[in-house]
Amino acid sequence: MTLEALNYLTAWPEIFLLTMACIVLVVDVFISDDKRDFSYYLSQLALLGTFAMVMMVQVDGREVAFNNMFVQDALSVVLKSFILALSFAAFVYSRDYLKDRNIFKGEYYVLGLFAVLGMMLMVSANNLLMIYLGLELLSLCLYAMVAFNRDNGNASEAAMKYFVLGAIASGMLLYGMSILYGLSGSLFLSDITVAISQADDSRIGMVFALVFILVALAFKLGAVPFHMWVPDVYQGSPTAVTVFIGTAPKLAGFAMIMRLLVEAMGDLQADWQQMLIILSVLSMATGNIIAIAQTNIKRMLAYSTISHVGFILLGILAGSNEAYAAAMFYTISYAVMSLGAFGIIMLLARKGFEAEEIDDFKGLNQRSPWFAFLMLVLMLSMAGVPPTVGFWAKLAVLKMVVQMDMVWLALVAVFFSIIGVFYYLRIIKVMYFDEIADNQPLSCGRDMQITLSSNALLVLALGLYPAGLMSLCLSVFA
Amino acid sequence: MLSVSLSSYLTLAAILFAISIAGIFLNRKNVIVLLMCVELMLLAANINFIAFSHYLNDSAGQVFVFFILTVAAAEAAIGLAILVVLFRNRRSINVDQLNEMKG
Repeated sequence: MTLEALNYLTAWPEIFLLTMACIVLVVDVFISDDKRDFSYYLSQLALLGTFAMVMMVQVDGREVAFNNMFVQDALSVVLKSFILALSFAAFVYSRDYLKDRNIFKGEYYVLGLFAVLGMMLMVSANNLLMIYLGLELLSLCLYAMVAFNRDNGNASEAAMKYFVLGAIASGMLLYGMSILYGLSGSLFLSDITVAISQADDSRIGMVFALVFILVALAFKLGAVPFHMWVPDVYQGSPTAVTVFIGTAPKLAGFAMIMRLLVEAMGDLQADWQQMLIILSVLSMATGNIIAIAQTNIKRMLAYSTISHVGFILLGILAGSNEAYAAAMFYTISYAVMSLGAFGIIMLLARKGFEAEEIDDFKGLNQRSPWFAFLMLVLMLSMAGVPPTVGFWAKLAVLKMVVQMDMVWLALVAVFFSIIGVFYYLRIIKVMYFDEIADNQPLSCGRDMQITLSSNALLVLALGLYPAGLMSLCLSVFA
Repeated sequence: MLSVSLSSYLTLAAILFAISIAGIFLNRKNVIVLLMCVELMLLAANINFIAFSHYLNDSAGQVFVFFILTVAAAEAAIGLAILVVLFRNRRSINVDQLNEMKG
């Protein structure tokens, strides 16, 4: 076999990112603590360079590399560019936060870059082995990042819970994959599709494998009843890590569902649809109701994540190309919103103060009207109030559900989102109408101010002109 | 020559998998036991892969097992590292006491 036969140029962005991550790893060892900013700039350069390369990839339909293991198609290009952009912004937000806590170390960036690499491989996987390896590369980096602040008891407790539940999910996934391999005789997604379409006797076995794989997917995304780790991990890990976990990996999880359920097991749609309905209704109910009782804003946002995951599953279970596009639109806009919300939490945090409680947001409007306004936009968007992108995302998904003649499901979703509006509005009330509790001026770098403002304004802009992102999502599934 | 049927291997793997799941849910004492259960779960999947690979005459399953073993080693390393950090902070690795955060 020749090198050309591998067609490795298709994976050029991943190869570049891997090289850069290794360079950051080595360079970081040789620089002194006061020059640590260099690792930061180098990592950001790596993300920007990879982003540029992903943009330059010309995809005519679908291109495979490494003997069919790796695929570059419209889905992977769009998701990869968003993953890189979200990680870039997360790195910008976390710099001051890490410096204030004396954990401004190169490891954060090295682990972050490898996690991004894992996500990119997951998104481009065309084989069960690739899906597994990409997922593990992502998860192992995230476990270590959660425990990154090693003197914090809550962080290590969160890391332990995340690790054990994540490892169980991986075990479930592997068991499901092994049965799928045994019944279809191949690890390639395309062969599995063929095997499932021809299966008669072994169909029940396929459904058996599907159950295990679906449980693993639900674990990784944090859908009820497999959500136990989400609140603890969001609350326990340093906010700089929460912002990373809460954004880009959701896109990778979406890609994993698309590859496994839709691409490989599309013929079992009738089976996974039923299971996703249960997961989705439970997630929306539990997430929205328990979030009301929270006093810690990171924990509240964790339960809000769970409810949003319910909505994303709603789009996927509707099961048409347009519905997948709606689910993708929802995932992307949710990731952008939560990026901004965690960014604001880090903006309020300072040395020795975490700004984790909802009470810490009291009177934010008097301290900084501009950032209070940005938080207002983000919260309205999460609640799904027009003219923000959250409204269009919910509308698109609900429209697809109604088109599938599942009006009751759409009504359930609307009911629980209305309950959800309460806790988002409470943040707004606390910011605008409560007495100021904390008079310290807000301070942050110019780079963070600009990124955070454009992040929140993007939510508003996408709400005013949703057509661009929507047509991008539709073109992926056309 | 004695030959073992595919279903025997699958039954063994299923039993190991069930033991590991039961171990995770029944165990209320020690985090290390959880890590052992997780390893057992991965090994159950490995047995499945190898049995299928042999009976399908396809080597891809065996290659997969090599990757799983490697990843499991990395996973154990990270898990034990987190365990050490946890013990330093909490002076305990009791599962019941991992309840500082709730709600």
